[in-house]
Amino acid sequence: MLNKNSLILLVLAVALILIGLVMPYWFSFLVTVALGKGLVVLGLVILMRAGLVSFGQGLYYCAGAYAVGAFSHFVETDNVILLLAVAMLAGLVISSVVGLLLSRYRDIFFAMFSMAFSMILYGVLVKSAELGSSDGFNVTSPSLFGFAPEVNGGSILSYWVAIILAFVFGAIIWRYFKSPMGVAGEAIRENEIRVEYLGVSVQKVIYIKYIMAAVLASTGGAITAMTVGHIDPEMAYWTTSGEFVFIALMAGTGHVAAPLLGAVIFELLRSFAFQVSPYTWQMILGITLLAIIIFLPKGLWSLKDKLMKGAKS
Amino acid sequence: MNLALAVLVDGVVYSSWLFLIAAGLTLIYGVMKILNMAHGSFYAIGAYSGASLIGVYFAGGNPPWASYLLLIGVAMVAGLIVGLLIERGFLRFMYGRDEVVMILVTYGILLILEDTIKLLWGVDPYFAYQPYTLLGRTKISSLSFANYDFMLIAVTAVVAFILWWSLNRTKAGKILQSVIHDREIAGALGVNVTKIFTITFVIGAFLGAFAGAMTAPGISVVPGIGIEVIILAFAVVVIGGLGSVGGAFVGALIVGLSRALSVHLYPDGELFVIYGVMGLVLAFRPQGLFAIASARKI
Amino acid sequence: MLKTISKIAVCGALALGTVVSAANAADNYKLGLVTFLSGGAAGPFGVPAKNGADMIIDAINAGTLPAPYNKVGMNGVKIDPVYVDEAGGATKQVSEYRNLVERQGVNAVVGYISSGDCLAVPGVAEEMKKVTVLFDCGTPRVFEEADYKYVFRTASTTTMDSVAAVRYISEKVKGLKSVSGINQNYSFGQDSWNDFSKSLEQLNAGVTVSTTQFPKIYAGQYGAEVSALMVNPSEVIHSSFWGGDMEAFLLQGSARGLFDDQQVLLTCGETALYKFTDNFPEGTIVGGRGPNGIFAPKSDFNDWFQKEFKARFGTEPTYPVYHMVQAILGLKLATEKAAAAEGEIPTDEAVASAFEYLEYDTPAGKVVMANGNGHQAIQEMVFGQVSKVDGELVMKEVVRYPASCVNPPNGVKAEDWIASGFEGAVCN
Repeated sequence: MLNKNSLILLVLAVALILIGLVMPYWFSFLVTVALGKGLVVLGLVILMRAGLVSFGQGLYYCAGAYAVGAFSHFVETDNVILLLAVAMLAGLVISSVVGLLLSRYRDIFFAMFSMAFSMILYGVLVKSAELGSSDGFNVTSPSLFGFAPEVNGGSILSYWVAIILAFVFGAIIWRYFKSPMGVAGEAIRENEIRVEYLGVSVQKVIYIKYIMAAVLASTGGAITAMTVGHIDPEMAYWTTSGEFVFIALMAGTGHVAAPLLGAVIFELLRSFAFQVSPYTWQMILGITLLAIIIFLPKGLWSLKDKLMKGAKS
Repeated sequence: MNLALAVLVDGVVYSSWLFLIAAGLTLIYGVMKILNMAHGSFYAIGAYSGASLIGVYFAGGNPPWASYLLLIGVAMVAGLIVGLLIERGFLRFMYGRDEVVMILVTYGILLILEDTIKLLWGVDPYFAYQPYTLLGRTKISSLSFANYDFMLIAVTAVVAFILWWSLNRTKAGKILQSVIHDREIAGALGVNVTKIFTITFVIGAFLGAFAGAMTAPGISVVPGIGIEVIILAFAVVVIGGLGSVGGAFVGALIVGLSRALSVHLYPDGELFVIYGVMGLVLAFRPQGLFAIASARKI
Repeated sequence: MLKTISKIAVCGALALGTVVSAANAADNYKLGLVTFLSGGAAGPFGVPAKNGADMIIDAINAGTLPAPYNKVGMNGVKIDPVYVDEAGGATKQVSEYRNLVERQGVNAVVGYISSGDCLAVPGVAEEMKKVTVLFDCGTPRVFEEADYKYVFRTASTTTMDSVAAVRYISEKVKGLKSVSGINQNYSFGQDSWNDFSKSLEQLNAGVTVSTTQFPKIYAGQYGAEVSALMVNPSEVIHSSFWGGDMEAFLLQGSARGLFDDQQVLLTCGETALYKFTDNFPEGTIVGGRGPNGIFAPKSDFNDWFQKEFKARFGTEPTYPVYHMVQAILGLKLATEKAAAAEGEIPTDEAVASAFEYLEYDTPAGKVVMANGNGHQAIQEMVFGQVSKVDGELVMKEVVRYPASCVNPPNGVKAEDWIASGFEGAVCN
């Protein structure tokens, strides 16, 4: 059953897929990598709405990427559906174990404990010579049963996959945020004990949110691995996880589209900071971050409301 | 025998270094509830100012013993300037924001400071090894240790004592503790919370810069050293319980000794040990070892 | 709401369009240069390499280099360098590589110090068919795991450092019974130690290993490691430390007398030799990842190079400078060899085929693109010991190993070559 909004979304998705055929390749590449990260951030937003900030989403980002890498190496397949499924499975399995422990934690302890787990994965990978240690290894680019159209100097398949996944997951999470379980997140952030009094198991709600976030993160990792063609343990390092939090706060948690768009804007910003000022790009990023926090406390997404208000008056 | 001795001394030396770094971080968190990512930059600024001034100082042929005082002086000035600039010029406009947002704010400051340091000092290494080698070494059994490291232990002990004493035995310290326990009530009772915040932040910045200045003689001061210590300091502080100075002390000891043990008995594990310890402690004490009790929201 | 999204998207696309069109307009030869400009690798490697590039590009554009490099610019076209910071890991670097080629329209890319980046970038380079010269990274895996057409590396792999190091200590260290190692816990450190210990098993089977330490990279505090090295003494301590880690280790080890009766071997020691001279213990065995810096063979080219660099930057050129310069020189020669007429910039394909199996002279002597089917350079390797005469740095006991002695033959994996007992090595 298609209502007006889903119809517009569908048209937008198809339009973006078609635009991919004409946009310069560096841009579709950037968008693909950004959407990979955007999915991780979307997962992070699920947690953040419940008041939990994970500094360890790199764990699943990296696990998804390595699942793709290992599977394409050892099973020797480049089937994009199979690879994505394996990555999601990896995220699901790891998070359903780790989540049992982590769902008991809150605040900074949740953040640090999740970081500890991702740093342990980092350590294990750095110690694994057969997986290339800190250098990592290359991953062949994927195809859909041999179908991988080249456009403007590179395979466009990953871009399409990223767009489709972004829309599918975006729609699912959008529905989820409106469901009782989704709304429970905000209630938990406000007051956990009252939620318990209402007969809802806070731990269970958080456990499920944690797993959802993990699956999104490992999907994002898989997209990155397939697009970049190279994976390394850096993906599990705390700075990578920190970057996700950075994007989430920059974008805002107001809407499912915010993290996805925010990721694209962040990648563009960084890429141009690199180009304009190779020696002091960190300073540009830092100043931008502070400016957003000061002038747009609810993230870039709050610009939308301001714009809409401006349009109405 | 040798092994036990080595583990003990190495562990305690490393612990005292960790505590010096973590003390300012935990103090700022305790009072202001800001997990200050820029603490690593304070450390780097202290190290850079110390190393560059020591270099000039020895090039001028001045009496070597006074260089230790110089290190302390440098840290004080650097901490005061940077601390005041950041707190007065920036942070005070952000109070009341979410804790996570404050982490991001300090992360932004860290990014800016990292490049500022690069613009001021360049990327070439700075050395200030004279104070480090000046004190000579001591042979215990068949092992030699640098006397500077023993001095570091003593300095850390003094810093820890001063912190404990001024927090628990002075009026200012009691006022500070009241702010730690409940900012609003303390404010209602007439405590000038804003002033306390400024002072705490400057002391925290000084402690960070001091750790850097004390470390500088034994290392090569290069870009990125600040980033490397942040996570170490975070781990120590989380193990000990956020905001607790005593907890940071114990946390530093646990991490330092386990790392030394791992280096001597299982070198491959060095990479994991700190996270392993952190995971283990958090698994059994979800709030860290000496967490400050917080009221339940009902 | 959706309208706003599409509005934002359209605005973004428009803004992008203007930036892109503004970026593409140049008659010069645009050369993308990627090295570390921030972080711990900037000081010892990245910035010296950038300085080297600046200097040699200025000289090339002025046409003042000796033959065969005396043409102005690249075949008469002035070089316009575009710098990118290598910080941020392989994912970011692959992105930045695409931006360099597509957005900035560079004619070629020279860069990459980190081995991870050197493994990640060639795939994209092939896809985009853009000549790319890796200048400094050391992992032999690049051309062992794949064949590339457009990717070249004008410096030797780290295999050479380890093999030569073992040959050197077997020859020069009297009464060698045991060694120990302290290397950073990441690919470069692990590989260096692996190659070293495996080579030792082949060349000097009686030598035992006392302890192997793998501290985290950028750890900075080596108290416990120094104790461990003291508790398990050996004749030679092998280390591939570099930058701040190496200097800190030397300081902390010296202060405790670690090097009084154990000789330390630093495969990357050359980068700190000139600024840190006072703190190198007498007899430290030092390598410079090739015949670079103090180990460079005597030539007019090198004399000019050292003098010019010192006059401009106030310090001696270290091995990353040499590596950078030989990458740019190789690219220049290949470009000019491929070009039909003056002032023409040949196609990437033509440059790539001209580059294969190229042999050319550099300030560091001869570079021969002998391995990886003509894409991987081999050079001679030199080790020596630090000595100070009246406070002046002198290298003593210098031994030079020909390229064919310390590099595997074309097509043989480094690991297999070492395991085979260096089959096919020619040492004199």
